[in-house]
Amino acid sequence: MGGYARFVWPCYAFVFGILAWNLWAAARYQAEARKRALRALAMRGEAQ
Amino acid sequence: MWTWFYRLASPPFVYRTAGALTPWFLGAAAAAIGYGAIAGLVFAPADYQQGDAFRIIYVHAPSAWLSLFAYTTLAVAGAIGLIWRIKMGHAVAAASAPIGASFTLSALITGSLWGRPMWGTYWAWDPRLTSELILLFLYVGVMSLRSAFEDPGRGDRAAALLAIVGVVNVPIIHYSVVWWNSLHQGATVAKIGKPAMPGNMLWPLLAMLLGFMCFYGAVLCMRLRGEVLHRERQAVWVREAMRS
Repeated sequence: MGGYARFVWPCYAFVFGILAWNLWAAARYQAEARKRALRALAMRGEAQ
Repeated sequence: MWTWFYRLASPPFVYRTAGALTPWFLGAAAAAIGYGAIAGLVFAPADYQQGDAFRIIYVHAPSAWLSLFAYTTLAVAGAIGLIWRIKMGHAVAAASAPIGASFTLSALITGSLWGRPMWGTYWAWDPRLTSELILLFLYVGVMSLRSAFEDPGRGDRAAALLAIVGVVNVPIIHYSVVWWNSLHQGATVAKIGKPAMPGNMLWPLLAMLLGFMCFYGAVLCMRLRGEVLHRERQAVWVREAMRS
């Protein structure tokens, strides 16, 4: 990297970390919303 | 006349469409980012002035571009929610905010790491850097404001108003290098006439831009599905979807 490795590689590592975090956080958010919706459905079932 | 508009914005349609689009966006993002990263790191020649440090552009420019695009999406979606009272507008705005904030942080960090060898400093109160930092504060403000109200409807409206006011910062960021004296370099790709890069440097950058946009599309769809489920958890169609 012509003497710039200590700047270039951390940039790529950080950005790929951000990409991975976005995927993980979105999947987790979706799973939690699904769980909450299922819980709401179960509570409605119990009430009826 | 507006029936189609409201039909497009109906929660079950948005939920299903977002689910169908996610794998396509993810596949396109993986291909474009894979090509862009390898071509940018391995095959693109070193810059005659900046040497190999210029390779940071392949992650910095797409992050910065996405930070502006996600904010514009957030403001437009918020305006749609506010003006036409379409709930899905607020859902798109809520889904876009954390993605945009993360890429704004990414643009600031990679820019800082690029600035050290080129300008001799990690940070300067330069118009481009300062306006991008204000964008990060706007994202944090919009997200905080949305969650600060007990009534989600009021939170959505307040966040949409702040997002609309803050959108004035988007052209300021873009034109800051033209309007003021700046350490930051001028436009590289979006130059009228001819881009300031040869093809073997430009193509990986365009691939990364496309890849980041597709990635944004995929993550937005995933978050949007969660947002729709959360907001509509008492609706009949959600109960039926969960049962099936």
